[in-house]
Amino acid sequence: MAKIQLTINGENILADEGTSILEAARDTGIAIPHLCYMDNLPASGSCRLCVVEVEGARNLVTSCTTPVAAGMVINTASERVINARKSIIELLLSDHPLDCMTCEKSGRCDLEKYAYELGVAESRYDGARHSYPVEASNPFFVRDYNKCILCGRCVGACRHIQFIEAISFANRGFDCKIATAYDRPLKDSPCVFCGQCVESCPTGALMEKSRLGAGRTWEIEATPTVCSYCGVGCNIVLNTVNGNIVSASPLPEGGVNNGRLCVKGKFGWDYVHSPERLKTPLIRTGEKGEGKFRPASWEEALNIIAEKLSATKSSYGPDSIALLSSAKCTNEENYLMQKFARAVIGTNNIDHCARL
Amino acid sequence: MTNSISEIGQSECIFIIGSNTSENHPVIALEVMEAVKNKGARLIVADPRRIRMTDYANIWLRLKPGTDTALINGLLNIIITENLTDEDFIRDRTEGYEELLKVIKNYTPQSVSQITGIPADDLRMAARLYANSKTAVILYAMGITQHVGGTGNVIALANLVMATGHIGKESSGLCPLRGQNNVQGACDMGALPNVLPGYQPVGDDAVRGKFETSWGVKLPSHPGLTLVEMMHAARAGNVKTMYIMGEEPALTDPNSTDVASALKHLDFLVVQNIFLGETGKYADVVLPGSSFAEKDGTFTNTERRVQRIRQAIAPVAESRPDWSIITSLSSKMGYDMPFTHPSQIMKEAAGLAPIYGGISYERLESGGLQWPCRNLEDPGTRYLHQGSFTRGRGRFVPVEYQPANEVTDEKFPVTLTTGRNLYHWHGGSISRQSPGLAEICPEGKVEINPELALQLGCITGDMVELHSPRGKILARVEINEKSPPGIVFMPFHFRESPVNRLTSDALDPVAKIPELKICPVNLRKVE
Repeated sequence: MAKIQLTINGENILADEGTSILEAARDTGIAIPHLCYMDNLPASGSCRLCVVEVEGARNLVTSCTTPVAAGMVINTASERVINARKSIIELLLSDHPLDCMTCEKSGRCDLEKYAYELGVAESRYDGARHSYPVEASNPFFVRDYNKCILCGRCVGACRHIQFIEAISFANRGFDCKIATAYDRPLKDSPCVFCGQCVESCPTGALMEKSRLGAGRTWEIEATPTVCSYCGVGCNIVLNTVNGNIVSASPLPEGGVNNGRLCVKGKFGWDYVHSPERLKTPLIRTGEKGEGKFRPASWEEALNIIAEKLSATKSSYGPDSIALLSSAKCTNEENYLMQKFARAVIGTNNIDHCARL
Repeated sequence: MTNSISEIGQSECIFIIGSNTSENHPVIALEVMEAVKNKGARLIVADPRRIRMTDYANIWLRLKPGTDTALINGLLNIIITENLTDEDFIRDRTEGYEELLKVIKNYTPQSVSQITGIPADDLRMAARLYANSKTAVILYAMGITQHVGGTGNVIALANLVMATGHIGKESSGLCPLRGQNNVQGACDMGALPNVLPGYQPVGDDAVRGKFETSWGVKLPSHPGLTLVEMMHAARAGNVKTMYIMGEEPALTDPNSTDVASALKHLDFLVVQNIFLGETGKYADVVLPGSSFAEKDGTFTNTERRVQRIRQAIAPVAESRPDWSIITSLSSKMGYDMPFTHPSQIMKEAAGLAPIYGGISYERLESGGLQWPCRNLEDPGTRYLHQGSFTRGRGRFVPVEYQPANEVTDEKFPVTLTTGRNLYHWHGGSISRQSPGLAEICPEGKVEINPELALQLGCITGDMVELHSPRGKILARVEINEKSPPGIVFMPFHFRESPVNRLTSDALDPVAKIPELKICPVNLRKVE
């Protein structure tokens, strides 16, 4: 690809032809503030926060949609640019609740971050404000469109990353909002609850229900691991606070799934905390199939099993015992289970549900 | 999979057969959709039902259930007749082609159209598109394998990829999409009755000798029983004791009424799981295992990629990781398994299974590794069979179309086919414990075509009774146009509508896979 020479903030740089000013700047370590721009989505230039000054251009240009050109002289942080950005943040805040102290997004909210960086604490514009009811009709996330800045990232993620198109912009002007067709609940739309919209939201407009009241963002510990459902093996991050999982996210990029998940990977982890989990070893007290048990200690349970297995083996031979390992367990556990079957019991009667 | 997930999107032609990809492997489906929408890939989908992937297909081959071998042989017939084969590949890399021709010549477009119900011209279009593409991948899943002729279906696909040379190179191959998160790894680790870790046959003296030296015991040389055979043996009284870890056969196995009676028949049953489940109810002793979030370890995904899972929270209540339970029990039985961390177990496995030879926890820190990965310098293998096959030359094995074990008749006029949906997983034992998933998809509905609904006089939400030669169940109706009138679909996630009471445990004689995709039933509206 042809390289183009240009100047950003007084530095001469080389950029690939066809890249945007925003990308070219980022490649040289200059971060340009942006809200609507997101990797893997077409740039829309709608939030205007990424404006920069290009010498010779009459107006400020949106750096996410303007491709670099040879000899361009760009200033990403001139006074004119900073003033424009401050105005944009002020305009956004004029219709945004200033409840950051209780907002679950606080700490990783892009609007909060840029307001902080630009020193915008409140808005001079005292206009009309939206008062949408918070939508919580689906089991996975809330939609608080009072916090929506109409950046369109959720719409783009739904359309271009998940190919679903459950949501889009509805209405015009001040009435514009993100909605399903006919503004029906998500359950009655093509939505598949992958949560890609939640992942892409830069503010607190879309928030996992499991995060509500579960702790502040800076308390979260992130553990990279692999989803436990299907054979794709998506790379996920389990977010925990005080030993409880509070949400899951895809690894932002790369890996098997490149930032994508389905509903099970994004929201289906909560079986881990189900009250139905087995808590202690159990010994049957009722009839087979009835489900009546008494709790037992590990010592007692393992002793009974060891005795019974040994007794069956000596009375009827090792092949009178059969073991099922598990496609849900780890490699190491499967290795040990088959080793146990073969080396300890002495049978090849070991299988799992591979055929089902 | 012979190839990697990331290669699917680079392929010119993607052929999906017997995989409801968007429901069962959603993120791989996204890879396919992106290839079709943004990269100009062509998509062929062969499926009796109008699954979502057909919306993205250039050609949809709507075959009758269980006619896959005929379809694949038919495509090969056209490719051979029209000289679209890869002559160089056939000459240099394969053997037995002449034998193949003798069988394939009978699968003319006309006769295959007759068997499959697919118009002959569609067969020709698909054959040409697949054969003429520079790169082509085939994605398949249980729609190919869960038939009495399942092995034949897979062999027919292998014949197809070899005759066209669409194997052994980047973005070209034959990709079974594995179901469970670690079904690949469970197989790799030898949780199978006929092979030790790394697919080394139990009957091979040298192999057994290696393991006997390492483990310090004498090992049995005859293959053991498969899962379905175990249940038969339990009923017959030949298997007295079972130890079931992390599985729910009472719900997921075919002909589940018989599974329950098999479990009842046992002298002693141990169930080790994170939930009690249906199977647990029959146990004498139940052991609480820890979930994936509570332990370290590795899973191997469908593209043979070994990846680290990491402990995020402490084991819930008194539960213990399965590996630690096995080591404790083993010690009690007088065989020491002195492992204190899963990394040590992987080290032992890697030393005994050559395809895992280069896998170590240190290396996995910087990302997954795809086997074969034979030593610590081996970067792993993105795609298989480059240059040569495991056995040297690829052997063409002619296969004849074998009709389903049971076909519809006057008493059971409708074909039931089973599978999964997006919101649940397998027997539902974990997904149904997720409150959100349970709310979005609370019950197992039988999906029927409007025409059949009209005949039955029912609307969405009505209850019907489904009846097969093995049993009957009740289910709520959902009317949609995915299935043609003669086919109904039901997921097997729900114990309240246990569809496996209906299904047959007739097995593919080689792979021992039950024919879960075809079961003749009748339906009756229940007031």
